Amino acid sequence: MSHRELDDMLGKGWRKPHFIANPALRWGLIVGFAAYLVAAVMTIEVDWARVYAGLDRGGQFILSFTRPDFVTRAGDIWSGLLESIVMTVAASVVGILISIPIGLGAARNIAPLPVYVICRGIVAISRALQEIIVAILLVAIFGFGPLAGFLTLSFATIGFLSKLLAEDIESMDKVQAEAIRASGARWMQWINYGVQPQVMPRLVGLSMYRIDINFRESAILGLVGAGGIGATLNTAFDRYEYDTAAAILILIIGIVMALEYLSGIIRARVQ
Amino acid sequence: MPVLEKEGTQVWRRRTASETLIRWFGWLIGVAVFMLCWQRISEATTWFFVWDAPRIASDIWNRATPPRWEYITQLGRPIWDTLNIATLGTLIALCLAVPVAFLAARNTTPSALFVRPFALLIIVATRSINSLIWALLLIAIIGPGVFAGVIAIAIRSIGFCAKLLYEAIEEIDHGQVEAITATGASRWQVMAYGIVPQILPAFAGIAVFRWDINIRESTVLGLVGAGGVGLQLSASLNVLAWPQVSLILIVILVAVVISEWVSAKVRGAII
Amino acid sequence: MLQLEKLTKTYKTGDKALQGIDLEVPSGQVLALIGPSGAGKSTMIRCINRLVEPTGGAAILDGVNLTRLGSGALRRARREMGMIFQEYALVERLTVMENVLSGRLGYVGFWRSFLRRYPQSDVDEAFRLLDRVGLLHMADKRADELSGGQRQRVGICRALIQQPKLLLVDEPTASLDPKTSRQIMRLITELCRERGLAAIINIHDVALAQMFVPRIVGLRFGEIVFDGPPDALTSEKLTEIYGEEDWEATIEKVEGEDTDIEAAE
Repeated sequence: MSHRELDDMLGKGWRKPHFIANPALRWGLIVGFAAYLVAAVMTIEVDWARVYAGLDRGGQFILSFTRPDFVTRAGDIWSGLLESIVMTVAASVVGILISIPIGLGAARNIAPLPVYVICRGIVAISRALQEIIVAILLVAIFGFGPLAGFLTLSFATIGFLSKLLAEDIESMDKVQAEAIRASGARWMQWINYGVQPQVMPRLVGLSMYRIDINFRESAILGLVGAGGIGATLNTAFDRYEYDTAAAILILIIGIVMALEYLSGIIRARVQ
Repeated sequence: MPVLEKEGTQVWRRRTASETLIRWFGWLIGVAVFMLCWQRISEATTWFFVWDAPRIASDIWNRATPPRWEYITQLGRPIWDTLNIATLGTLIALCLAVPVAFLAARNTTPSALFVRPFALLIIVATRSINSLIWALLLIAIIGPGVFAGVIAIAIRSIGFCAKLLYEAIEEIDHGQVEAITATGASRWQVMAYGIVPQILPAFAGIAVFRWDINIRESTVLGLVGAGGVGLQLSASLNVLAWPQVSLILIVILVAVVISEWVSAKVRGAII
Repeated sequence: MLQLEKLTKTYKTGDKALQGIDLEVPSGQVLALIGPSGAGKSTMIRCINRLVEPTGGAAILDGVNLTRLGSGALRRARREMGMIFQEYALVERLTVMENVLSGRLGYVGFWRSFLRRYPQSDVDEAFRLLDRVGLLHMADKRADELSGGQRQRVGICRALIQQPKLLLVDEPTASLDPKTSRQIMRLITELCRERGLAAIINIHDVALAQMFVPRIVGLRFGEIVFDGPPDALTSEKLTEIYGEEDWEATIEKVEGEDTDIEAAE
């Protein structure tokens, strides 16, 4: 039987089977995507003369990284950076503290249904709203300043951390938790002994990652008046003070790198 | 050494006395730092506005409802632009991220001493800086518009995609690469047969994941003048046209939910 | 056909994996390499096709010193040596057919291989080989859908489609159950006989080696301590290779199994 099969196949070409077997669907998708790309590129209006004129300025900007100016606006840079750091720290602490109960509530395997629905709702709202949009609204409500930024970052932290924490709890090892429950533990004891040890390392890792994100986000909140280094940066761009802008960007990159390095060490120690 | 001698009997403690002391001290410093940060935020806040916040919030709510539904007719083009910024930006970023990732991965980099640090620098620099800041910069260089938005999204995404991709490359099974090498394949053939098939699923996942994030980010790029629906948002905010603002926020929310749904579907189909 | 002369490998850590191996493999001879873990079996095989760079000595295949070749010539030389791996080392996300055809990579250009446009003669040979190992109907399955034994058969096809003169086989049965192990060993030795191929089979299962292979080389601490036919592998010799242990059961078992198999066939 096998040999007849072989004879049939010999001399015939061989093609790799396609990822999408149905040719109509396959070609439909390819043509559709190509058509979309053409339409998208056509509708972008590029003023090439302006771009060409700008290349010069772009070159200047890149050059300014070789001679960043930390001095001229040292006062603005320092106070902006400090405000960013302060917002990051405060918002991370508050955000992490609030996201733990919400994360517990958003895990289906340990929370009753009504709590689950409410917590998941909070997570969904927080994740759907862009930080910058939240910041605009909060600035309108609370006025300019770091308080709006602090609240924005706390709110965003809750959505991010609660979701990941809840997913982590949902995928934890059931047997360990059951063993603790079997010993007659109360709910709090059960969480403390059965759940916490399992999710703690990841929670620490995620928190560190979120601190990193919060710092990066805090750098743009200033654009809408919510405090931090963003306002200084915006001014620098507006005045074409590329040396100062380069200095600020270098500081941001440096701090992010330091945070990543630190979180790497902490994560390695926790696990 | 958790078992202590106390009044002739052995007492079990989780930590030794000095460990407990260090932990308390750590907590104390943490609380002090937080209080310091909070104090700075508090100093920079006009508390009168904060006490007034509930009234202002309800005032804004009253003005913003109901949304001005007929305004949606003017949002067609901005939404199209937003979609294009995200999609084209992601595509450009992927094209650039692939070579960077191969240069950054320990097992594929041509030189761990010279090329790899450079690739890592590109990754950390592009991903430390928010797309809004890239947009600010590009607008200063090449002028406002959709094009600046596309490039800003592209630059911001390079580091993100390249980081995830090079981690995937470092995790590949070396045996498969060795087997292809043993057949006498050239360097590029080893790449195409030994490495690419192994990272293709990760690549597709990263692409869709980043596209989803980019849809969110491109909705707000207009705030600094880089095209898309954010431009309308910023214009409406400037004239305090709250019914238009609320409609735009609803549109953004819907876009975010749809993009998340699409990306979840596509990722499910690939993996 | 293959000569190893004072082949030496010292790792950067200072571990001496191979200490001057001298070995000659005539055309068409199948040879089993036995020895404890860490004796340098795997290193020796990889030094021949230079997946591991030897630090000294020479490996000469048909008069060509492999250790001196530049990268282009090395690729051409690697085409002459098919390799079969312990964990199969198939590219799991490619189809069976692509995995088999990847054995021809040294013969086709990059774009041809990238577009999967192999010459018809290669495609026909791939079909014939898959038919020979009984996997023709699996040609368009993805490699990760196959069982261990099936994967190793695909690995064998990939090595044979290179039209090699020599097979380098690294622990072909280490990840397989006893029955599949025997089937795979029988398949490899049969195919070598059919095609007049020489082979070096790295194997830790002494009984299996004695059962299928006419010449056995024992390696210990990177040195050859035994070279002879399976019958000459006495309990004393095994002790010399592996260290002190009760070997009688192993040897007896081999004899018993041999008769079993003959009876079954």
